[in-house]
Amino acid sequence: MNRRTFIGSVGVLTLAAPSLRAQTIDLRPMINTITKGVEARKARVHFELPVLVDNGNSIPMTVKVESPMSAADHVKTIYLLSERNPVRQMATFHLGPRAGRAEIQSRIRLAGSQHVVALAHMADGSFWYDWASVVVTLSACIDET
Amino acid sequence: MPARIQVPAQAKPGDVIEIRVLIQHAMETGYRVDAEGRNIKRNVIHTVICRYNGEEIFRADTSSGISANPYFQFTTVAQASGTIELSWIDDAGVQESERQQLVVAG
Repeated sequence: MNRRTFIGSVGVLTLAAPSLRAQTIDLRPMINTITKGVEARKARVHFELPVLVDNGNSIPMTVKVESPMSAADHVKTIYLLSERNPVRQMATFHLGPRAGRAEIQSRIRLAGSQHVVALAHMADGSFWYDWASVVVTLSACIDET
Repeated sequence: MPARIQVPAQAKPGDVIEIRVLIQHAMETGYRVDAEGRNIKRNVIHTVICRYNGEEIFRADTSSGISANPYFQFTTVAQASGTIELSWIDDAGVQESERQQLVVAG
C-alpha cells in the first residue's frame, strides 16, 4: 500500500463510520416512550439538522410535516427526542389547523454526538417520524463549565 | 425588551404567515457549576404560548434541550388584524409576555 491509497482508505473509513453507526442503532425505544407501542412510520416528517457542529449549545433545526393542516387532518404534536441528552424529551410542539403549515424552526442543545428523532402525532392518532444524526465536537450541558 | 416577535408588515386574509420569536433567557440547565464549584440551579423556560387575538395558535413545552435565548419560527393563517401575543413561564415561576400588532388587509 502506498501513501495515496492509504490516505484514500482512511478517508473512506472516516466517512463511512457515521452511516454504519446509524444502521445499527435501534430508535424504537426512544420512539416508544411516546407512542406506547403504536407503530410509528418513517415518512411524512422531514427533520433537518447539520451533520457536524462545533458547539452543541445552539444547533439550528427544522421540522416539516406533510399535512393539509385541515380541521380533520392535521398535526397535533411534534416531539423532539434525544438519544443522549439528560432530558430525553427535548421539546414538544403543539399545533393545530390554525397553523396552516406544519413547519417549525428552533435551536437546540445537544450533549454530544447522537441521533435526534422528530416524531409527529396526527389528528387521526397515527405517528410518523424522521431522524437525524449529528456529530458534536464540543457538547453542551455536561462538559461545559 | 425580553423578547422580539417578528411578523410580516402586512398580510392578506388566508395567507400562511411566518412568526419568528426570540426570547432573552439564559435557559440555565442545572448541570453547570459556578467558580466555587456550587451547582447553578436549573432555570429553563418550560412553556411558551402564542395567541392570536386571544386564541392559542402555538404552544411549546421546552426543556434544557432548547438553546439559551430560545428561538422559534412557526406559522399561522392570517384571519383578522389584531395582536400576536407571546407568553412564557420559567422554572422560577417568572411569567412574561410580549405583543406585536398584525395588519391583515385585502
